[in-house]
Amino acid sequence: MDKRQMIGKRIAQEFHDGDYVNLGIGLPTLAVNYIPEGVHVIFQSENGMLGVGPSPAEGSEDRDMINAGGGYITALKGASFFDSALSFAIIRGGHIDATVLGALQVDQHGNLANWMIPGKMVPGMGGAMDLVTGARKVIVAMEHCDKRGNPKILKECNLPLTAMSKVSLIITDMAVIEVTPNGLVLREVAAGCSVEEIKQATEADLIIPVELGCFGE
Amino acid sequence: MVKQISAKEAAALITPGSRLAIGGFLAVGAPEAIIDAIVEAGTKDLHMIVIASDWEDRGVGKLVVAKAIKSAQVSHLGTNRTIQAQMNASEIEIELVPQGTLMERVRSFGAGLGGVLTPTGLGTVVQEGKEVLTVNGKEYILEPAIESDFALIKAWKADKMGNLIFRKTARNSNPIMAMAGKITIAEVEEIVEIGELDPELIACPGVFVDYIVKSTEVTNG
Repeated sequence: MDKRQMIGKRIAQEFHDGDYVNLGIGLPTLAVNYIPEGVHVIFQSENGMLGVGPSPAEGSEDRDMINAGGGYITALKGASFFDSALSFAIIRGGHIDATVLGALQVDQHGNLANWMIPGKMVPGMGGAMDLVTGARKVIVAMEHCDKRGNPKILKECNLPLTAMSKVSLIITDMAVIEVTPNGLVLREVAAGCSVEEIKQATEADLIIPVELGCFGE
Repeated sequence: MVKQISAKEAAALITPGSRLAIGGFLAVGAPEAIIDAIVEAGTKDLHMIVIASDWEDRGVGKLVVAKAIKSAQVSHLGTNRTIQAQMNASEIEIELVPQGTLMERVRSFGAGLGGVLTPTGLGTVVQEGKEVLTVNGKEYILEPAIESDFALIKAWKADKMGNLIFRKTARNSNPIMAMAGKITIAEVEEIVEIGELDPELIACPGVFVDYIVKSTEVTNG
């Protein structure tokens, strides 16, 4: 299975029936294809919608129907539209059960950096700071290392933070890691990976429990 | 009662140095005709308050390309390389504001509040230089209201009292920006008689609206 699809599939297992979920653009959106049967998840789009459906068929796009990344979407039965202040009241007010975002860096305190690289990339934080601050569960989904093979899971983030101590779970192509008050706990190992490989690809210390799960088989 | 004017007349109201709160999200729900008219009028030194700088050829991105903007309060620049280049060349002054915070700061001005207390940005660069208050044991950043001279918004339909209804995700920041303009100009696709809009569906009451402009393009569908 493709690495990114494997991450998408694993993300989807975090959702419970009835959850309200906000997915960041890119990798996290792959999760929509793997929602387990019998689990009904309501997706929010930060620009003012609950009940986001799949992309429309070519030729039936509605110019007034986009997601946060600017892609065309559809509305499912039971959908609602609202203004941006209400949308962020939903987000900041703790009414979103889970959000899944990408990261440039995440550290052992659950700090997240995903919105700028000083001097290089300054796209702005958009809705990310509010999402990470307000969502009940913050899941980071990303490739374990950057394009050069450097670790992204660090002892301390050195890029500007998106929020402090808000990340609760990290899902990568190598591992599922839980952020706990004692540090990062390895929970699951991706098929084909060894614990040693994960440790080498992670700058932060990992707590390795006796029982480890496996995913991506 | 609101007055119907042309996009060109709307642009003529806006003087250099004006602070503009402009609706839209990645150009969906953006008042394109008014934006085009401002570009046409050549008005410069404007300050814009927007969710995003949109695209170079759509939404407020056109104002950026025309070098009409000298400063902006905005949450996202990622879709517009021109604004990033202008920022790196110090041709434009940017305050990056988290999107939810931006909305509440704008709403505060329209609602007669001095600002809001939000946890968003605690422990980040957003907190720098701002007061942090503890309320009921929790920390919040004090974020001041954002003032604007004009709100430029886009709605689907208006009646002749300026009551507005919006369409799907084109609503976004528009009802919020509408509250914050000392003068609010709404560009709409259709103008109907008083009484034709269901009062239950009005998402922006006409009390916030001063002028309406008939849109030149219909985005519906």
